[in-house]
Amino acid sequence: MISDLSRHLQQLNVAADWIGLRANREVVRNRSVRDGIPTDNGTQLNQGVMLEVLVNGQIGYAATNSFRLEDLRAAATAAQQRAIAASEWNLYQTPLSARPKVVGYYATPVEKAFDALSPGEINALLIKVCQHLKVSDQIVQASASALLTETESWFVSTNGSEVHQKFFRIGTDFAATAQEGNLVQRRSDNGWFARCYQGGLEYFLTDDLWSRVETIGAQAVELLSAEECPEDTTTLVLAPDQMLLQIHESVGHPLELDRILGDERNYAGGSFVNLEDFGNLTYGSKLMNITFDPTVSSEFASYAFDDTGAPATREHLIQEGVLKRGLGSLESQARLGVPGVACSRASSWNRAPIDRMANLNLEPGDTNMETMIGNIDHGIYMEANRSWSIDDQRHKFQFSCEYAKLIENGKLTKTIRNPNYRGITPEFWSNLVMLGDRSTWKMYGTPNCGKGEPNQCITVGHGSPVAAFANVEVFGGAA
Amino acid sequence: MLELSFNQLVDFLNDNTPADAAFTINLTAENSQFIRFNQAKVRQTGQVQNGVVRLTYMQHQRSGYWEFPLTGDLDVDRQAAAFALDNLKQEVPTLPEDPYLVLPQGNATSREIHAGDLLEMDQVEATLLPRVLDLDFAGIYAAGQILRGYADSAGQKHWFSTDSFSLDYSVFTPDGQAVKGTLAGNHWKPRVYDRKIQESRIQLARLSRPTKTLRRGQYRTYFEPAALAEISYMLSWEGVSEACFQQGSSCFAAMRRGERQLSPKFYLQENFSHGLVPRFNEFGEVAPNQLPIIAQGKLNHLLVSSKTAQEYKIDANGANETETLRAPEIGTGDLSIEDVFQTLDTGLYISNLHYLNWSDQPTGRITGMTRYACFWVEDGEIVAPIENLRFDESLYNFWGDKLIALTDTQEFIPDVASYGNRALGGVWTPGMLVDEFSYTL
Repeated sequence: MISDLSRHLQQLNVAADWIGLRANREVVRNRSVRDGIPTDNGTQLNQGVMLEVLVNGQIGYAATNSFRLEDLRAAATAAQQRAIAASEWNLYQTPLSARPKVVGYYATPVEKAFDALSPGEINALLIKVCQHLKVSDQIVQASASALLTETESWFVSTNGSEVHQKFFRIGTDFAATAQEGNLVQRRSDNGWFARCYQGGLEYFLTDDLWSRVETIGAQAVELLSAEECPEDTTTLVLAPDQMLLQIHESVGHPLELDRILGDERNYAGGSFVNLEDFGNLTYGSKLMNITFDPTVSSEFASYAFDDTGAPATREHLIQEGVLKRGLGSLESQARLGVPGVACSRASSWNRAPIDRMANLNLEPGDTNMETMIGNIDHGIYMEANRSWSIDDQRHKFQFSCEYAKLIENGKLTKTIRNPNYRGITPEFWSNLVMLGDRSTWKMYGTPNCGKGEPNQCITVGHGSPVAAFANVEVFGGAA
Repeated sequence: MLELSFNQLVDFLNDNTPADAAFTINLTAENSQFIRFNQAKVRQTGQVQNGVVRLTYMQHQRSGYWEFPLTGDLDVDRQAAAFALDNLKQEVPTLPEDPYLVLPQGNATSREIHAGDLLEMDQVEATLLPRVLDLDFAGIYAAGQILRGYADSAGQKHWFSTDSFSLDYSVFTPDGQAVKGTLAGNHWKPRVYDRKIQESRIQLARLSRPTKTLRRGQYRTYFEPAALAEISYMLSWEGVSEACFQQGSSCFAAMRRGERQLSPKFYLQENFSHGLVPRFNEFGEVAPNQLPIIAQGKLNHLLVSSKTAQEYKIDANGANETETLRAPEIGTGDLSIEDVFQTLDTGLYISNLHYLNWSDQPTGRITGMTRYACFWVEDGEIVAPIENLRFDESLYNFWGDKLIALTDTQEFIPDVASYGNRALGGVWTPGMLVDEFSYTL
């Protein structure tokens, strides 16, 4: 493919300062079962080419789902025309350094290939998962899904870039809904499609698969007779499967440089973080160390190069609570004058790359789970995200979880249903008082981080230990 | 060209599908221009040509689908269809049976073409930007042709094509307060754009006053139609779906059980008569022009797809497979726009809401944020813009006992989403005045 694209690139006949071709081919296999009945068995082949043309400091793009030379030529001409028409109204002069020359290859390590199980065998396993989820007649819905994605991308440019990356991604989602009269509770496998990884079927056929599934069903039923979450201001301990959302919404998005530059103000929003905050802002307590790390093996959004060809490296965004750098592409870094990372990503061939998260992790502390709970006289422990909402500056948030336990006198005690909490980002992270050690650190991900105009959904990975926050408002359900 | 290629696929699939099998194909396609703006300048500009066909193959109570690109090149597209069909013929017999499989039936056909009058691609910047050069203007212009197609082995065939544009923008004060504006349609009208920008300028001037910080609590509140449209989108998230009710997650379960009802002033329906979205669904079925969901505060219909109908042995009502609203319309009331401030008297005037989610789904409780031009009003007069507030309130309250009035006119709030492809349609809705709306942060 690289040689085909390079040959086409030579034959475009468009006058430009720079041209890049990024081809994508993605095959997504969806398998879903609900209550033992197949609900989704499909394969999505999505492929095409994005052409970027730099003229007079303005990039114009055109994307086509055809690989024929004549269609690529037409797209190149269209991209050039878009660039010329916009160059008079250019927000900033895009330098060629925003599209560096890079040559390289990346492939996801896979232990058990996707074709080790046939579609029929995957369906049989999902049906069995549903059967194991249905631990009682109170389970009114049991669902199981697997999402297997193979993505290849190729990038060539007139300044000599040749990048080929191949990703294998797997996500699974199992859930049980329990009902007793007008009371409904749902429990899932660490939250909706939280178990997302790069790799193969080894992330489906895990040793703990059946014990996890049975716990989901049992806890859905357990929640029906649990007490409502109390209204209180207390110490909140969050499991890694809720921390993934907490990191994503209240650290990842506010640190995106394009939000700070104002590009996203009309849709996703801006940020409470300002230019002068880099290097100065105390974002959280000294326990808080956040890394952008696309090098973690098997984490959902690992890669070697972003979609403009920038080489991806591990970087501290927040170190001992202080903001050091943002999530911004080479373009955004040049516009804002602050350090960023290799995070210019596009959801597919038909969208232009923008500043995105990839793997964004909270590094572990040194407290084990037993010690952490033992140090809390009164508090609440919450697991698995259920609902999320945060303002357009990423300041005031309200999140809810599926499952919680009271912490009383250093012990986890009663199960609690409908646990919610709310807070304001800097205050919340400043109240990070204990951080779990490596033994509590787990990584998850999501396939659905939405942003951008036109809109784009991308994959992100988040790893975190268990974390304890002081003085958090918690509350329950009911109208 | 795509219609020709689509028709070719139908012929090819009819010729190559065994007598004991069936197929449907659904097409989603567009040729769109996108321009992003920031600070009244161009941030990104480009265009996207895409077409995706979903081929669903059914045999012996089993089914599977393949999606592949439709490029308009007859040879390429026929080869892609043949590859997909071959794969499905091998895979589908290995899958479990689906007792609720919906087989295509009937011979309905339709063809709707909505030709438009859009700005020339090269003229967009020069048309839009000179009028906003003195403003901090951000947003996106999207325009072009959108296609939807359907065909099946039973002989049904539908085609929907529309040329459309949308301009979704915000203008900002130096301290970050903002006014939102949205324009959409099939025909670009310079005077409508000028009027919209002028309205935004007036709102922006109101935002220049010092901001008022409100304490959490309950406030009498007026919601502009755009804010109410945002709430209505929540109803497609496990709200109006019959399957969701049957499986325990619908927010309207309490109404269905007869335990709750809404204010008799509240009316919600599916209304396809505006012609902005296709009436056919992915089964090839044509929805009724109008379907009342909630009438006089009582639950009239949930959306029932043919699949759900088979499973629960009830009648289908033309819903799509996900049982989501495609042409929602909230009924008007008797509050005239001129009387809104006077009737609000003292309270909050909310223009937009942001990032809504269920905080307690079975009880219909929704949380979210106020956004854009929102004001504190005293004695019917705007006093000051507010700092954004978080709300957490049940629809059984704000569409129930706390609903004071709906305005006597509707606005069309276009759906400008573009995840994967540009959305069609939007929400027809009035404004709404409620009492004791809960703000929590």
